[in-house]
Parts: sequence; C-alpha cells; structure tokens
Amino acid sequence: MSCFTSKYADELAKNAAYIGTPGKGILAADESTGTIGKRLSSINVENIEENRRALRELLFTAPGALQYLSGVILFEETLYQKTAAGKPFVDVLKEGGVLPGIKVDKGTVELNGTNGETFTQGLDGLAQRCQKYYEAGARFAKWRAVLKISANEPTELAIQENANGLAMYAAICQQCGLVPIVEPEILVDGSHDIKKCAEVTERVLAACYKSLNDHHVMLEGTLLKPNMVTPGSESPKVAPEVIAEYTVRALQRTVPPAVPAIVFLSGGQSEEEATLNLNAMNKLQTKKPWSLSFSFGRALQQSTLKAWAGKEENLKKAQDALLVRCKANSEATLGTYKGDAKLGEGAAESLHVSNYKY
Amino acid sequence: MSAFVGKYAEELIKNAKYIATPGKGILAADESTGTIGKRLSSISVENIESNRQALRELLFTTPNALSCLSGVILFEETLYQKTSDGKPFVQVLEENNVIPGIKVDKGTVEIAGTNGETTTQGFDSLGARCQQYYKAGARFAKWRAVLKIGPNEPSELSIQQNAQGLARYAIICQENGLVPIVEPEVLTDGPHDIQKCAAVTETVLAAVYKALNEHHVLLEGTLLKPNMVTPGSDSPKVAPEVIAQYTVTALRRTVPPAVPGIVFLSGGQSEEEATLNLDAMNKLEVLKPWTLSFSFGRALQQSTLKTWGGKKENVAKAQEAFLSRCKANSEATLGKYGGGSAGGLASESLFVKGYKY
Repeated sequence: MSCFTSKYADELAKNAAYIGTPGKGILAADESTGTIGKRLSSINVENIEENRRALRELLFTAPGALQYLSGVILFEETLYQKTAAGKPFVDVLKEGGVLPGIKVDKGTVELNGTNGETFTQGLDGLAQRCQKYYEAGARFAKWRAVLKISANEPTELAIQENANGLAMYAAICQQCGLVPIVEPEILVDGSHDIKKCAEVTERVLAACYKSLNDHHVMLEGTLLKPNMVTPGSESPKVAPEVIAEYTVRALQRTVPPAVPAIVFLSGGQSEEEATLNLNAMNKLQTKKPWSLSFSFGRALQQSTLKAWAGKEENLKKAQDALLVRCKANSEATLGTYKGDAKLGEGAAESLHVSNYKY
Repeated sequence: MSAFVGKYAEELIKNAKYIATPGKGILAADESTGTIGKRLSSISVENIESNRQALRELLFTTPNALSCLSGVILFEETLYQKTSDGKPFVQVLEENNVIPGIKVDKGTVEIAGTNGETTTQGFDSLGARCQQYYKAGARFAKWRAVLKIGPNEPSELSIQQNAQGLARYAIICQENGLVPIVEPEVLTDGPHDIQKCAAVTETVLAAVYKALNEHHVLLEGTLLKPNMVTPGSDSPKVAPEVIAQYTVTALRRTVPPAVPGIVFLSGGQSEEEATLNLDAMNKLEVLKPWTLSFSFGRALQQSTLKTWGGKKENVAKAQEAFLSRCKANSEATLGKYGGGSAGGLASESLFVKGYKY
C-alpha cells in the first residue's frame, strides 16, 4: 500500500503546512551538548546546563522574534527546560505561535568500507521516544543524514542507507504524531563546481523520495531540509541568483508538490549569504509548489552569540541581533529582503567548518 | 550529470511545454494495424490501407478540430501517409500547429513466472528508428507500459521492469530529439476499490520517476500519460469529483514539478466519463504545477467511428462528432466543461477486458 494510515494524519498535514507559512521559518536550536559546547567556548562561556539554558532563554524570549518563526528545533535537554521565572520553554514557544520540534537522531557513524561516509543512528526505541516527546509538547522532529562529494562519493551505498534511514525515521515519527523534517545534507566541503553539487543533490533527493514512498510516508505531513545547491567550499563563489536557479531546478526535478515546505539548512554560509540566497530563490519566477523557507542554526545565531558573549548586560544587544536576522529571513521567504539588515558583528562571516559534525 | 543535456535539450523543453498548452491535448491515433482492424470491423469496414488512411484523413481534416489539439500520436504507417489530395499528414498537422508524434513500442510480452504480467518490447534499433521518425517530422514519441492490479500484482519485478523500460526508452528518445511520453498504464480490470488503485498508482509512479532520474532523463522534456485513479471495472462507479481528488493526490505525491504536463489515457471510460473526470480535476482547487490534459484514443474517436461507418456520405457528420469531443475535452482542460455534449454514443463504456492495443 502506498496509502499512509495514522490517526494523526490530519494533524500532521496541518502542522507541516503551518510550519511552511510564508513569512515564517525555523530556528534550529538543537545543538547537542557537545556542539553547543564549541559555540559557548568560542565566546569563552562555560558549557554548563545553566549557560545552555540561559542562551536558549535569550533566544526564545527575544522581543518580536517569535512572530517570524513557525518552529524551533530543540535538543532533548532543552525540551524540558524553563525560563528563569519558571515557565517551560515549550509553553513560551506555543504562546508565541511557534511549534516545538525535537532532534531525534543520535549522530552519525562511519559506513564500513567507505571513504569516511556515514549513516545516522537513532532508530532503536525511536517510537517510544517520539511518544514521550509528543507528550512533552513536541510536534515535529528532525533527523540529519550526511553525505559528501568527492572523487567517488557519494556512493550508492551511502545514498541508499541514508535514504532508507530517513524514511524509516519519518514513518515512525508520523505514527507518533510528529511531523518529520527530512534532512539529507550534502556537505559543501570540496573543490567541485555548482553543477556537480546539483547533480548529486538531484540524485540524493530522488533516492529519498523513492524511499519515503516505499515506507508509506505521507508527504503532506513532512518537510524537507536540504542543502542549497552551491559550489564547493574550495571553489569560487557565485551570485545568489545562480544558487537560486540551480537549487530551485534541482527541487523541481525531485520534490513532489505534496510536500508543503522546504526549509533550507545554512551549512557553512554566513548569516547574510544564507538570507540573500533564500531571498533570491523566492524572487525566482518559476514553478514552486512548496514554500521555500529557512531552518537555520548558525545562520540565525552567530551574531547573537557574539553580541551576548555570555554577559547578562549584553542581553538586549544580543536579542536585537537575533531579531534582525529573524526579520531579514522572514522577508527572504517572501522575496522582499532588500539586503539592508544591520549587519551584526560576524553576520558576514563564513561559518564553514571543514567536515562539520553537529 | 543528473539530467542529460544533449543537443536537443532546448527543443525538447519547448515542445513538451507546447504540448502541455492549456486548452489543448493529444489525439492518440496510433492504433497498430491489428488494433485498428478491430475498430474497423466493429463498424464493418475492411482493414485495408486505404480505409485506415481514410479514417485518419477524416480526423485530421476536421474543420477547427486541430485547434483543440497540440499533438497527434501516429502509428508508423500513418506517419508516411497523405491526404487523398496528396498532402502528407505530417504537413497537415504542422500547418495547424499540431505536433506529430509516433508510437515506438512493439507491444507487450509476458514476464515468465508471473501471473500474466508483461513488459514492453521495442528497444532494438530504437535510436535509429527515432532518428528516422525525427526526419519524417515526428517530435514526440509514446511507449506504453502495462501493469495490472491483482492479489499479488503488480509485483516488484513487473514494476521495476516497466519503470526501467520506460526510462531507457525515454533517454533514447531525448538523445534523438523526440519528447518521450511516459505511459505506465495501470489497467482498470478488477474488483478493487479506488483506494487500491491510488496506492498502486502512487507506487508505480514513484518507481517510474526514480528510474527516470537514474537514467538521466530531462524531466522538463517529457510528458506523463497515466491512468486516472478510479475503482476497478468490476466495482461500483464513483463521482468525477472523487476520481479527481484521488488522481490529483496521487500525482501530487509522485510527479515532480519539472514535468510540464500530464496527459491522461482514457482506458475503458466512455467519451463523456473521460471528459467529466478531466474537467473535475481541472476544477479542483489545489496546487497543480503541471497542466492536466488528455491523450485520448477511444474516448475521442468512438462516436466519430460509429457515425462514419466507413461511408463517404457520413464524413461530415462524423467530423462534427469528432469536433464535439475535441471541444469538450479542450474545455475540460480549463475546468470549463459544461457537460451535455454527450450523445448516446458518447456515454458508451469503451471498456475491454485485458485491453491490448
């Protein structure tokens, strides 16, 4: 049977469509403890629970920011945290019209016999965990699969394993009431050109949608979180309009219209680059039956982090920086961004880290 | 490369887009000699070349009909035929902005070890044949893959074979300048309900688009010719709105937006049914990034054939019948069909069990 059967079908479709609301997007604040540690250490802040909590409170209570967001992805610890005043983060988000989401994968593991390719783990007990997360207020989930471009990569094995993993994860999420964000990230690392990235992206996305079909996933209740199609990190950059053209074409060739929204990852792009590229895509006059939005982590938080530097007296400055990026990206989803956002320190800074691991 | 971009790429994209023009559709007049023989015999007309020629001339010279069409699929013999005045059919079509197409498959054969499932043949010298057809004026091709619904059907083997076959045919066409119409027909035969048909159609289409991707087919230069999603032939009928809903949902779940147009086959539906269903789909208020049109054989020709009866004195009336169906379907592609161009003949079911072209 291709048809999907779950008691949550209507709710999933409704939530997925809501997340794709034009003018809104997702804040990816689901850095694992290890990863957030790197961020905190870059601003000389100790990686303890209180600081992690303080950072997320800063983000979620930034005045005016939530109106530009339809969802926030959380790490498990954060799902159960509260503001200093004692209000659960989940409630803060809900009251702000933002759906809480949860990262459910458990990181990547190398595929034996390959040249450093990986698959993603986290399927064991996934259904039980999803049920718990749903009870805690989560309404969508995220699972990151990773592929790379190189002389002989991605291999058919890596593509199949990751597509299959994404599909299994997605099917389980839907059975538990969580909208699965399907994230097949093709790393930007490498010296390849944009055409190569396009070719690989099309191949990977085609495999993903075949797997999703095989696993009876209801596309109307999913979201896609792909990489934008760009030249490799060691290749000369190209204009946003070129990135937009190649990206949207790759999506036109592979993503069925039933998918309500596509929320891009920012990869190693600077805050401003990511916004300009998203904006260029939404300006493109061509067939786009899904909305094109953002699910940015670094590209929403970088200048906020720098402005905060862990100091309470910097709270307002930091929250202002977040608001600037949220508003800019909101406009980018409508194709109305004029490139005039006040650039915070670091907004134009590349966030590329070689062979990035969350 | 993911998509093959050969010397014909721009032309393929342009032609596929043109065929998908709203308000127009395809006349499938590519019945093989054997099949057209059955049609002719049903109106007591002898299956000889001049009669086959006369029938097609009747269709292609119907005043004002060609403006409702963007393409006509021909059988090889017809590609080289002329009107009684000596004008090549291909020229008649071209002068009226109708793109000539050509059936290139060579029918189905059973897959051993299955319960009557089939694969489609026609690969031998396909590239060379396409080149010949291009020289003769053809700009698109058609290849029919057939699947059936049964307790254990369609099998994974049948789905894979037919999907791979369609993809291989498609890329060969594109290498030689012909827009491939990809036709994975899921037969209506059977007692199954519409949900079953939907499930199978989605599975089949997903496999087809995966195969097209693997074979580097340029989707912008293709068209899809699927079955509508309906209950099985032995099941109670449902309203056009229901058919529209299930069909468009299935397509939204599987057909990438890069495909410019979807041109439905009519299967065993009556002329009027096929038109009403197509109209309902185009009235549906849901996002459809490809145009929804027709590629009808029987559902455009049935009443025309009967009215003609092989007699010269009936040609004008037969042409009126044909024009009437063309107009109705043209309106249906715009969701503007008002109904009522159904004579008794137009409502007659054209279902034939286990239909072979």
